[in-house]
Amino acid sequence: MQGSIHRVLVGIIAAGIAALLSPAPVAAQTTVKIGIINSYSGFVAQAADEMQRGMDLYVKLHEKDLPAGVKIEIIKRDDTSNPEVGKRLAQELITQDQVQVLTGVILSPVAAAVAPLTAEAKVPFVITNAAGVSIPRLSPYVVRTSFTLWQECLPIGKWAAEQGWKTAYTEVTDFIAGHDSEAAFIKGFTDSGGKILDSVRYPMQNPDFVPFVQRVKDAHPDVAFLWVPAQTQATAMMNAVRDLGLRDAGIHIVSAQDLLPDEELPRMGDTPLGLITAGNYSTAGDRPANKAFLAAWKAEYGEQSIPDFFSVGGWDGMAAIFDLIKATNGKFTGDEAMAFLSHWKNPDSPRGPIEIDPNTRDIVQNIYIREVKRVDGKLANVEIATIPLVKDPWKELNPPK
Amino acid sequence: MAADDARAATVDAFARRHRFRALEAVPWLLALAGYVLFPGYLPLGAQILATILFVLSADLVLGYAGIVTLGHAAFFGTGAYTAGLLAANGWGEPLSGLVAAALIAALVGFLSGLIILRTTGLALLMQTLVVAATLYEAANKAGRWTGGDDGLSGVVMWPIFGVFRFDMFGRTAYTYCLAVLFLGWLLARQIVHSPFGRSLTGARENTARMHAIGAPVAKRRLIIYTISAALAGVSGALIAQTTSFVGLTSLSLERSGNALIMLIIGGVGRLYGAFIGVPLFMIAQDRFSKADPVYWYFWLGLLMVAVVVFARGGVLGIFERLWKWPAK
Amino acid sequence: MNGTLAALLSIGFHGLAFAMVLYLISVGLSVTMGLMGFVNLAHGVFAMLGGYVMTSLMNRYGVPFLAALALAAIATALVSIPLERVLYRRFYGGAELDQVLLTMGLIFMSIAGATYLWGPLTQHMEPPRWLAGQVDLGFRSFPAYRSFLILCGGLLVIGLWLGLERTRFGAQIRAAVDNLRMAQSVGINTSRLFMLTFALGSGLAGLGGGLGADLLAISPSYALQYLVYFIIVVAVGGLGSIRGPFFAALFIGIADTAFKYWLPGLGAFFIYALTMALLLWRPQGLFGRA
Repeated sequence: MQGSIHRVLVGIIAAGIAALLSPAPVAAQTTVKIGIINSYSGFVAQAADEMQRGMDLYVKLHEKDLPAGVKIEIIKRDDTSNPEVGKRLAQELITQDQVQVLTGVILSPVAAAVAPLTAEAKVPFVITNAAGVSIPRLSPYVVRTSFTLWQECLPIGKWAAEQGWKTAYTEVTDFIAGHDSEAAFIKGFTDSGGKILDSVRYPMQNPDFVPFVQRVKDAHPDVAFLWVPAQTQATAMMNAVRDLGLRDAGIHIVSAQDLLPDEELPRMGDTPLGLITAGNYSTAGDRPANKAFLAAWKAEYGEQSIPDFFSVGGWDGMAAIFDLIKATNGKFTGDEAMAFLSHWKNPDSPRGPIEIDPNTRDIVQNIYIREVKRVDGKLANVEIATIPLVKDPWKELNPPK
Repeated sequence: MAADDARAATVDAFARRHRFRALEAVPWLLALAGYVLFPGYLPLGAQILATILFVLSADLVLGYAGIVTLGHAAFFGTGAYTAGLLAANGWGEPLSGLVAAALIAALVGFLSGLIILRTTGLALLMQTLVVAATLYEAANKAGRWTGGDDGLSGVVMWPIFGVFRFDMFGRTAYTYCLAVLFLGWLLARQIVHSPFGRSLTGARENTARMHAIGAPVAKRRLIIYTISAALAGVSGALIAQTTSFVGLTSLSLERSGNALIMLIIGGVGRLYGAFIGVPLFMIAQDRFSKADPVYWYFWLGLLMVAVVVFARGGVLGIFERLWKWPAK
Repeated sequence: MNGTLAALLSIGFHGLAFAMVLYLISVGLSVTMGLMGFVNLAHGVFAMLGGYVMTSLMNRYGVPFLAALALAAIATALVSIPLERVLYRRFYGGAELDQVLLTMGLIFMSIAGATYLWGPLTQHMEPPRWLAGQVDLGFRSFPAYRSFLILCGGLLVIGLWLGLERTRFGAQIRAAVDNLRMAQSVGINTSRLFMLTFALGSGLAGLGGGLGADLLAISPSYALQYLVYFIIVVAVGGLGSIRGPFFAALFIGIADTAFKYWLPGLGAFFIYALTMALLLWRPQGLFGRA
């Protein structure tokens, strides 16, 4: 009997001490959970790394700008460049981790697999790279801060025709992104009076471009549109161009920015000098926001590290999310988020002014025609012309039924 | 008398091998427990179950018939695209999708088997690679229908039996895959313990002798190849239906290779290798490849080398040796 | 010069260059498989290693091209020896599945290792000054580097074939491929023969990988990416043969280039279909033994 009373007393005292020692209740904190799906492994790991760095840098620099009492929690997941994995991860992020925003995604197939889920769960999805033209139509909760290939390749087609070049030869990689770039260039070029001599598609895992470039050389067009997915094969293509002396044969070469990604340029020797591409971002872009961005990048990642358009897509995606959080104090439903994001603008992006088109929820941005020149002893994509605030042409030409 | 008794006991045990033993209920109990204990991971669970069926089908061909194939994904992908294309073009009924996938995959298995199973060794390995690679290219080229590199989307599944909708939490998917896996396992088990299955093992161990006793080796190899292709097709259809997506990776060398890896880890030719190897591999991949993909490849490669050098029978092989150990 | 003739010349030239690289890399695999009965799917790793060593020496240390190439071949051969002694020889003539899995594991480790040491990007190779640009033969000009590749490859092929026919080492290899037991019973040290042959084959692969860095880009997934090419060359050419893979490589190199030029995208089907047909007709390959 005494023993059990002792035990009860000890229990009460312990509880009392615990109550005294426990911290005073803190004012309610709002945590916004953000899920990032990226292809950390697989053949686009390098691009994923660039994009992640852009996102991380923005977060690091602007975390202090968040409203009082609001903090963010970022959960990263690797889709291993596999759409079914990406879809499952999105499912888990939504149901298990209960994220309020999904973002990231390099590959269009992954984005296409994830999009329908966001419609069912009413979770906003800020795509920071995947460029497939019709993806925003898959769900009313999708918004994109990167680019589409039609946005870049139609203007370069038009520009090429305006240079007085009458005949063109197109070669692209045989998958959807390649087909997009090919169709866009052809439309831009032929609408302005040019003639396409031939269009060739090379297989995806193609090791050697020389036979394809040989065809171009033998056909002798005024201009060749050569497109490869960024990074992996850009250097191989430039080697083929170099080995066959395509430039010396008097054939101009144009492409989208994927052919000459900023961080690959140092590796390509002198071959790219004079090449023209269309893109949304170059490290040589001359504006204060870009200078600040570059300075912060180098400070964080080292002098040798070079950002590219993947990084800027991630940076701006985070900017959109942060602006959303600031405007709503961290509390928003899916519909409220989309109402905000569909009208989002960022006049101060490293790539210039950008905004979201409320009708398509896709990005509207300046497209720059760039030429490779030598700047401070190194090659750079120098912007020589600007086409302001381009909306995605494909959606304009293909209104939803 | 004692010798007679002993012989009778052996024959008896042999005759009763096909009867169900208590231990065989374990995987199913674990699967049901998983449903209850891990409600947030059901989509992963469903994919694991479907993959077990795939690797099980590979075991039939590899472990029992001794056909080393690096192209089994050909049948998986065929099934996936069949089910996917049906659903994307208006017919979203799941069960008939499974049947269609099984039939088409079986057809592909039968035709390709007819052509390539005449060869053995490296030539056969080569042929399996080529068949899968050809189908991969075909799916890529037919982008208008298959979605090519972007994959087939717009796969909309109708509810099972008109009642069970495929929900976002994966509950329906999990139970669906579990049920189909169970049926597939029953079939595989039946085959393995049948005289037909035994003759396959015989053919694998000593083909010449099988010919000598008049067993139709070639025909049997073709039959098991076809059945295995059908099962692989069903597993592909399961993945397509539960993820509402089909991509080119369903036909890739990586998928075929991963199946082999999962099988060897679990143990080849022991029917249950798939049940152990697949969850181990997929859960590890889920956990570790996130952390550092470089390390994942390295440790996976090292594990494969280690398994081949030290633990040929995989996990099940280790259990077997431990089981027999006290007897020695 | 007229269009078709120009095209044919192009195809012949580039196809031949591609064939040379494929051959140099694959000949070692053919001999290893025929001699040791070992399905070495990881053979591409040696070619990759040769490529990495050569490009690293050239890019980071400024080693001249020819020296870098030679060092790459030697380094690869040396690395292959402990691998053969410690790991591979346990599985000679053994179960195919074991060999497939073992070598697949090695491929994965090579992917991880290469990514760790050199990063995930492809390696850039700048040909030396004296091989840049084109070679003008009057009626047409050809890329100088590829011309060098064909020349170099041709000399090595001749050297190999002569070596096989005229030297004692070559005779020993031929004997052992023909009939291993017999060769052992006449006193040939087959264990040492295996080791040397393996090293030679791997060194050649390293050389091929380095020379062909322009055609088959050097990246961590090299061994996996080009696996099908190497295996087709060996399977079609025939195991244990030195001549067979040459004709197989020629066939693939030219067919692949021809299709890329005229019917891009269909080349893969053509090669696969022909490989399948050929292996059905002659499962041992063109020059293999039945």
